[in-house]
Amino acid sequence: MTAAVSRKPAPAAPAGEALVQVRGISKVYAGAVEALRDVTLDFEEGRLTSLLGPSGCGKTTLLKIIAGLIPATAGECLIAGRRVTGPGPERAFVFQDFALLPWATVLRNVGFGLELRGVPKAEREERAKHYVDMVGLAGFERKYPHELSGGMRQRVGLARALAVDAAVLLMDEPFSAVDEQTRRKFQEDLIRLRAVASKTFIFVTHSIEEAVYVSDRVVLLSPRPGRVADIIDLDLARDRDPDEIRRMPEYLDTVEAIWQGLRRYV
Amino acid sequence: MAFTGTRQGAEQAVAGRREAGFAAGLARSPAFWRLLSVALVLGLWEIAGQIPVNWAFPPFSRVFLAFLRMIADGSLPLAYLDTLQPLAIGIVISGVVGVGLGVAMGLRADVAWVATPLFVVMQAAPMAALIPMITFIYGIGLTSKVLAVCVLALPVIVLNAYKAVRNVNPSLIAMSRSFLGSRWQEITRIVLPDASPMIFAGLRLGIAAGFIGIVLAELLITPTGIGDLITYNRSVAKYPEMYATIASIIVFAAVVVGLLLRLETALFRPERRGQAS
Repeated sequence: MTAAVSRKPAPAAPAGEALVQVRGISKVYAGAVEALRDVTLDFEEGRLTSLLGPSGCGKTTLLKIIAGLIPATAGECLIAGRRVTGPGPERAFVFQDFALLPWATVLRNVGFGLELRGVPKAEREERAKHYVDMVGLAGFERKYPHELSGGMRQRVGLARALAVDAAVLLMDEPFSAVDEQTRRKFQEDLIRLRAVASKTFIFVTHSIEEAVYVSDRVVLLSPRPGRVADIIDLDLARDRDPDEIRRMPEYLDTVEAIWQGLRRYV
Repeated sequence: MAFTGTRQGAEQAVAGRREAGFAAGLARSPAFWRLLSVALVLGLWEIAGQIPVNWAFPPFSRVFLAFLRMIADGSLPLAYLDTLQPLAIGIVISGVVGVGLGVAMGLRADVAWVATPLFVVMQAAPMAALIPMITFIYGIGLTSKVLAVCVLALPVIVLNAYKAVRNVNPSLIAMSRSFLGSRWQEITRIVLPDASPMIFAGLRLGIAAGFIGIVLAELLITPTGIGDLITYNRSVAKYPEMYATIASIIVFAAVVVGLLLRLETALFRPERRGQAS
């Protein structure tokens, strides 16, 4: 990625500490549904961590607490040493259902985060255009979301998150609402994006293959109430051909090991 | 011989296909079916009037001639001017107050708790029964007629605006918050645009109710405008004129409501342009 815009210095974590820290987070919803119990995790700068677990394990809840969209019942979340009390400019969210404005064009949707920050129209359109090109939607700037396929809509959602130039990208099952071919293409694009963008990714998924394929680290959550069941660090050589990676013994063994770990829950 | 025979047959088949193509094209055109529906109703009216089913029920052709006469002598346009004044004032008041209140109810739970029961009761109750009371308090002037319009139009506008705001896509709200939108930005850039179709549906229904209100007021309070034309022509047994007045107000209401739908599409929903009928 060539940064066309002046880059804010990334918020630096205090020396020796992870950029995003989750400390003893619990969440009990009204009606006494316990979604998370005492979750403590570190997300290191520049890495891609997947939160993996069965449906209802609270992985999306944890992501939304880190995003500052919902409050935790107990515990705290720190970004670069600062406590999260709400959404912040150093975090950007990619939604499972895309959350695009149906009445706005691709260009306005991509620039919407900048629009809310009061960036002048000409500047935000220029920056939005840059990210529209980057996610491969050049030529679709004037289209409306209903004119795009599911995969293209999520590219708009991704471009919107990239356009605000946040250090932490929070992705809530971003590829779950698109078809399998598009999903694989997305996963490959995400790996390429990682190679050029120095961002910290927190990625929620329920797909073991997807988690292993794209992540540096996979956090396994147990079913409700969600707790950290296991943490698997991965070191796959991702500079290879995508199809080759999917056939690597390391990849296949890790998928199998995670499946064996999860199977007692299903 | 056999050769030409086949060729003729083929030509006939082609011609037949072309006709079928035209008929199929017609069958696919929505305008054709709408015109057919109008023609069907008017045809039935004409037949019923010619039989006649009742000596006070004139056929469509005589009603239409009466309509042209009333336009020519100016009585119908003048009646509309009289009727539209309280209707327009009532609709503007109901629209501004109704949308404002409904949106406030959608945004704030305390406002909703106070106001919802009142409007639910107003919507369920036969509000036309209040018109004599309105006359008793406000007399027989313009105020009463405006109030009659408001009383009928307001509940449906308020409740639709309220529901529209409550039904805004929660994911878009979360998106606005996560990208640091202020509450004001959230309301103006997410809530109002997303709620606008349903708010406008409420305005359409409110205007339809307002037409009921104004006609009732003109029939029950003091005969003016359209109500006067209906009452007068009935009393002197000029039934074609009476039906021409009634039919014209129905068509007028339908056209106004249809135009409102177009306005909504143009203003708020560019992605639906060309789809809305």
